[in-house]
Amino acid sequence: MLACPECDLLLARREIGPGERARCSRCGHLLFSPRPEAAAKIVALSLTVAILMGGAMFFPFLSVATGGVSHESSIFGTALAYSEGFLAPLSVAVMLLIVLLPVARVLALIFALGPLAAGRAPFAQARRAFRLAGRIRPWAMAEVFLIGTVVAIVKIGGLASVGLGPAFWAFALLVVAAAAMDSLTNDWTIWDALDPTSPL
Amino acid sequence: MGRARPDIPALTARRAGLVGCRGCGQVAPAGQHACARCGTRLEADRRICLQRVWAWLSAGVILYVPANLYPMLDTSTLTTGASQNTILGGIFELARAQDWGVAAIVFVASVVVPLGKFIAIAQLALTLGRRAPVSLHRRHRLLRLVDFIGRWSMIDVFVVAILSSLVQLGKLAQIHPGPAAVFFALSVAFTMLAAQSFDPRLIWDRGGADAGRGAEAA
Ligand SMILES: [Zn+2]
Ligand SMILES: [Zn+2]
Repeated sequence: MLACPECDLLLARREIGPGERARCSRCGHLLFSPRPEAAAKIVALSLTVAILMGGAMFFPFLSVATGGVSHESSIFGTALAYSEGFLAPLSVAVMLLIVLLPVARVLALIFALGPLAAGRAPFAQARRAFRLAGRIRPWAMAEVFLIGTVVAIVKIGGLASVGLGPAFWAFALLVVAAAAMDSLTNDWTIWDALDPTSPL
Repeated sequence: MGRARPDIPALTARRAGLVGCRGCGQVAPAGQHACARCGTRLEADRRICLQRVWAWLSAGVILYVPANLYPMLDTSTLTTGASQNTILGGIFELARAQDWGVAAIVFVASVVVPLGKFIAIAQLALTLGRRAPVSLHRRHRLLRLVDFIGRWSMIDVFVVAILSSLVQLGKLAQIHPGPAAVFFALSVAFTMLAAQSFDPRLIWDRGGADAGRGAEAA
């Protein structure tokens, strides 16, 4: 037996074919939308996000130049902007929100679904890892940061000319990959793959 | 909508003496502490969740005050001299520079969304169990919206970080973050926690379809 996480309606299991979508009959919450090779796709997208994030850390992010003076910043330097005085904890928070938590989320997903994607049985802690990835999700703010970057660029526009570094493009691609991943992880389809023996 | 028929009580996990897991959907007997399948903590008494909602929400509202009183940005340029901007001041400046689009984004993310969330969460919590004129579906959708949109308020914190790390051009122009950034970030985080602690099943259990419900699950 299952219960809708939004409205608590008891739901009996039934077979749902690929491409079909099952919604809660009481509140309309999307429960299942199986897609072929979902685990493999999630793992591939997770690896993409992890690699792009790794690259983004080591390349310049943005640069400004005006009147012969120029300055460059990295993702790391952006988080460190708050390192003065009592703002310091905010540096740690920004680092968590834009780098560490997005990475933690994709690592948890790779751990949870990697063996499944390779056609093997999942690890013993796979279900906990998948649940953890879901809890981290609201706090992984790479896409919010990307929009923040666009706002900042417009704000500086009048003051100096802004150049986009490789880390900016890596970040933009990473956000696209993470969004594609979101749409594959937001219902219960993966739970069935992780726990095929669950009592009906 | 008309999907649910309000006159027939729905068979919920709670009415059946069970607790559903918010993480994976698996049901467990009432009284079990954690989901056997995914380890999520199971709370049979949803009123406790409501206390958490009020605690996080009040913390978020309180911190939103200093977030607006203290400066968010500390700018000094060769041409305009030193100036300090609060959240609202920064929006006025963008509007004066005719950057309407960006002014609108910052205004929505930093003012409309936080205030709207405070009001929405408080209203949803206060109208639980009451036969409010707003349907269960609409209230549920409002909660989902509040939950989805909350993180976007963090934009201004990132903008300030990017500006301060980038605009370090010696005498020409320098930007530093102000104390408001910390208060604002905490206010957004606490309000997100308030929305996350709000169990949507509270909306459904107490109104409409379940109004004539019998025994409470122990
Ligand atoms: Zn439902
Ligand atoms: Zn569970």
